[in-house]
Amino acid sequence: MLTIATGNKAVATAVKAARPGVIAAYPITPQTEIVEQLAEYVSAGDLESRYIPVESEHSAMAACIGASAGGVRTFTATSSHGLLYMHEMVHWAAGARLPIVMANVNRALGPGWNTWAEHTDAFSQRDTGWLQVFVGTVQEAYDATLMAFKIAEDERVLLPVMVNLDGFALSHIMQSLETVEIGDFLPAYHLPHAIDTENPCVYGPMTGPADYFRFRWDIERSMRDARGVIADVEREFAERFGRSYGPTEDYRCEDADVVVIAMGTLGKEAEVAVDRLRDEGIKAGSMRLRWFRPFPDLDLAGREVVVIDRDYSFGFGGVVAHSIRSKTGIAPYSVIAGLGGQEVTYNDIADFVRNRHPGEETWFGVSDHV
Amino acid sequence: MYEIRIHSRGGQGGVTAAKLLALAAFRDGKYATACPFYGAERRGAPVVSFVRIDDEPIKIYSQIHEPDLVIVLDTSIMDVVDVLQGLKAGGTVLLNSAHPLPGCNGTCRNVDLTGIALGENLVVAGSPILNTPVLGALAKMSIVTLPSAEQAIREMFADERNVKAAEAAYEELKV
Repeated sequence: MLTIATGNKAVATAVKAARPGVIAAYPITPQTEIVEQLAEYVSAGDLESRYIPVESEHSAMAACIGASAGGVRTFTATSSHGLLYMHEMVHWAAGARLPIVMANVNRALGPGWNTWAEHTDAFSQRDTGWLQVFVGTVQEAYDATLMAFKIAEDERVLLPVMVNLDGFALSHIMQSLETVEIGDFLPAYHLPHAIDTENPCVYGPMTGPADYFRFRWDIERSMRDARGVIADVEREFAERFGRSYGPTEDYRCEDADVVVIAMGTLGKEAEVAVDRLRDEGIKAGSMRLRWFRPFPDLDLAGREVVVIDRDYSFGFGGVVAHSIRSKTGIAPYSVIAGLGGQEVTYNDIADFVRNRHPGEETWFGVSDHV
Repeated sequence: MYEIRIHSRGGQGGVTAAKLLALAAFRDGKYATACPFYGAERRGAPVVSFVRIDDEPIKIYSQIHEPDLVIVLDTSIMDVVDVLQGLKAGGTVLLNSAHPLPGCNGTCRNVDLTGIALGENLVVAGSPILNTPVLGALAKMSIVTLPSAEQAIREMFADERNVKAAEAAYEELKV
């Protein structure tokens, strides 16, 4: 069905189609609309699910962990400080190999208090063992959420998935949305190591130095296998529903001399900048990075690269820029822009490309560099 | 692409007007996005919302700096906000007012949305509802069609007085 919806509504609609047995969540701006909508579905009888209104995000993830280990599909949503508050349990969910799906509406961290888009919240969970995908449209928020369950629950993966969408810029914008009849796209939830209540035993016991590292390696092995699973699921999604996705969304990259790499809504707006630059004779392309974990292999050989980071690692640099540099050996022009919802237009992005200095870093809007 | 900026005060329904307009354009078969700019607004504070309408998918998420159309739901804002800022040459202004904008050098329209809302007794928490009648005015200006405007209103509001108010604005606006 074709309709028009916000990014938040798109996520809630996809979750309803996925029919999780348990939803546990705590509201936080700008994510609240997702859990409000899901609570309404449950309350109206449109979604048969146990909705647990917990007292904190830490409890939300703890409830999801218990329910997921108990053998049901689970979902939660959060943002910013809420994500940080559940941090301990975020690690636990991955370590316990539970295919929980979480929507994270990317928002800056205080102080100063700010409810607008930034990716630092998600990147602060970078090393937890969660898969992370970043979306750029309302449609993609819906599609990626549906696919997240299938990817997470694949026995080659069995890791949780975080679907990231930009606070306000995408969570509250209205765009067209085509919902699908998912049919048997999502098989019944099956967790091979689910708790068997008929056969009680110890769960998550002490694991000593002789074995612990094996579990860590197993997470990494699954993370590597996840690349193929993601590709399989995205291919099946395209075959069934007609919309194609990949580790990046490439726009006019084939013959590009300079490629802009950004994530989320800035990555979509970069396509408009590319069109402007092409009109001027600058052979630019855009590569919107969708998957951040597992981090994709990128073919950027022979190109100049401009990376826009809507995040920062203090004392180090832009997280995406340094990831690109580490993975490809290319020293990009690193632009720090869009922090806390800072206005960045396609004209600004075109300027980043026009005024690029490969190997250097610049903060958009800051004139006195230290 | 047609770009619209809506000025209102928090609580007057500017954000809902943007959503209604995008929905109506969508029902016309166009691509549309509604982007409310959420600031630290409070009830009564000046707020702004954006709508883009195009025949192609819209990839722009930033604010509208050079609108084709500016809608002012509360003209008292004009004392504190330069509502004409960035208006494209040949752009249009639509005021919620019984009186035209003095010294307007572009295409200026005015319609008394407040009077229409009060006439239909469309009042919530003491404030007249402006976001449904404004759809009628926009239909008269051919931004959307009247059937799509009415359909959008019916999809979001059960009270048929909203449709009547839109029809009244459609009749009253002179183009």
